[in-house]
Amino acid sequence: MISIRSVVKTFGRLRALDAVSVDFSPGKSYALIGPNGSGKTTLIKSVLGMVIPTSGDIVVDNEPVKNHWHYREKIGYMPQIGRYPDNMRIGQLFDMMRNIRKNPPLPDEELLEAFRLREIFDKRMHTLSGGTRQKVSAALAFLFTPPVLFLDEPTAGLDPVSVEILKDKIQKTKEEGRLLIITSHIMSDLDDLATEVVYLQEGRIRYNNSIEELKDITGENKLGKAMARMIRGLEQEKQEKPPPLSPLKGGSGGVRIKN
Amino acid sequence: MAMTRVIKYVFYDILRTRFILLYTLFLLVSTIAMFQLDTDTGKVILSLMNIVLMVVPLVSIVFSTIHFFNSYEFIELLLAQPVNRKVIFLGEYFAVAFSLCFAFAAGVGLPMFFYGGGTSGITLLYSGTMLTLVFVSLAFLSSVLTRDKAKAIGIALLFWFYFSLIYDGLLMWIIYTFMDYPLEKVTLALVSLNPVDLARILMLLQLDISALMGYTGAFYKEFFGSSMGLVFSSLVLLVWIIIPVWGALRIFIRKDL
Repeated sequence: MISIRSVVKTFGRLRALDAVSVDFSPGKSYALIGPNGSGKTTLIKSVLGMVIPTSGDIVVDNEPVKNHWHYREKIGYMPQIGRYPDNMRIGQLFDMMRNIRKNPPLPDEELLEAFRLREIFDKRMHTLSGGTRQKVSAALAFLFTPPVLFLDEPTAGLDPVSVEILKDKIQKTKEEGRLLIITSHIMSDLDDLATEVVYLQEGRIRYNNSIEELKDITGENKLGKAMARMIRGLEQEKQEKPPPLSPLKGGSGGVRIKN
Repeated sequence: MAMTRVIKYVFYDILRTRFILLYTLFLLVSTIAMFQLDTDTGKVILSLMNIVLMVVPLVSIVFSTIHFFNSYEFIELLLAQPVNRKVIFLGEYFAVAFSLCFAFAAGVGLPMFFYGGGTSGITLLYSGTMLTLVFVSLAFLSSVLTRDKAKAIGIALLFWFYFSLIYDGLLMWIIYTFMDYPLEKVTLALVSLNPVDLARILMLLQLDISALMGYTGAFYKEFFGSSMGLVFSSLVLLVWIIIPVWGALRIFIRKDL
């Protein structure tokens, strides 16, 4: 569905993405994990065409991302920080999103109802709290039933009830066989929602395999613990073999874990 | 079409800020005041010309730059949707350009229509509209050159200072320094490099008072006659509209947002 081939993105001297190659296949749910500033958001924005890679190729459903835009019909995107025109009302925002598309599919208004956004349709965007904005972002991402969903820290800033609503929705989407790419720092959330792990560090993919496999090698049964162990393993390897460390190819699962 | 929808939403947003309304009112009041103060249409047009040459470019370039940065959220939002970047950018441009042109046409044009401005009045409307378009183009260029709003406004003001004040000084300096040489063609080329001067010539040729502008005006009149000068300056102004916005579009398409 989405194939990313040796994508490099530099911001001045910083290499935000350093020869990233990864495939996202339909029907799977990926947890995109990495420390702050490891390039997770840059990777997502590159697929969306908001950030233009310095080199490399990204293809979504056989359509190259470069200079194309039709493929974005298939993507729902929930940004980390949703920024919206200040003076627009929530209702107008949803109307606009529908109007801007040529043939909008029947909208999926489940989240709109669950978050009771309709009751505050006449509120302006700049009066909203961070959490409410987050709800708007989530409802927008799911609105057109896209086959691909990018969720950048979906649960950050949401109240406990809303977190559960959103997680249920994500779970349902996953069961429908749609492709999900989720970034989060809350490992317990990802444990339920994701089936695969992609670990990014300093713009490189350091691990890419299923969560099952990761738990197996590390002998942990919680994603959080397994990740911690895997990262420690990576760091030890780094100390033994001085850098540069060759990036692991997608799906090889060739990380040595020290027990 | 996606473009018309983008234009509609940008237009809607611009109307909300009420700035355009204030600008229209300002032009309306000044134009009416000028017509009230003087009965000689030629003199009125000449006074209005100074407003058009100074205020219109300044308002156009500053408003457009600020507007562009205020629409960053809107642009970001659309970029994640199946909308072409080119359509987003040109939609923004057309909406801003249209609003400012409409404000100018209404503010200056309506009183002109009632008091009667004649051909020179129409030329004033025409060159003011062209100048608006040129400076909106320059504003979009300065907006994509930097990510920082303050810097972009700085660049925009620099454009305005350069074309409205600095350039004429340089031109005068060149003409006086090289007085002994035949400068006609050089001056012509140099004048084409400044849209404000072009608009000024356009109007002065119509007003038949080119002598007031001194050397350049007299020369221009002599070389072109009215209709030729009109065609020439219109074409060059068109280039001044298209080139900056085209360059800005090229940068915008490759920009990270």
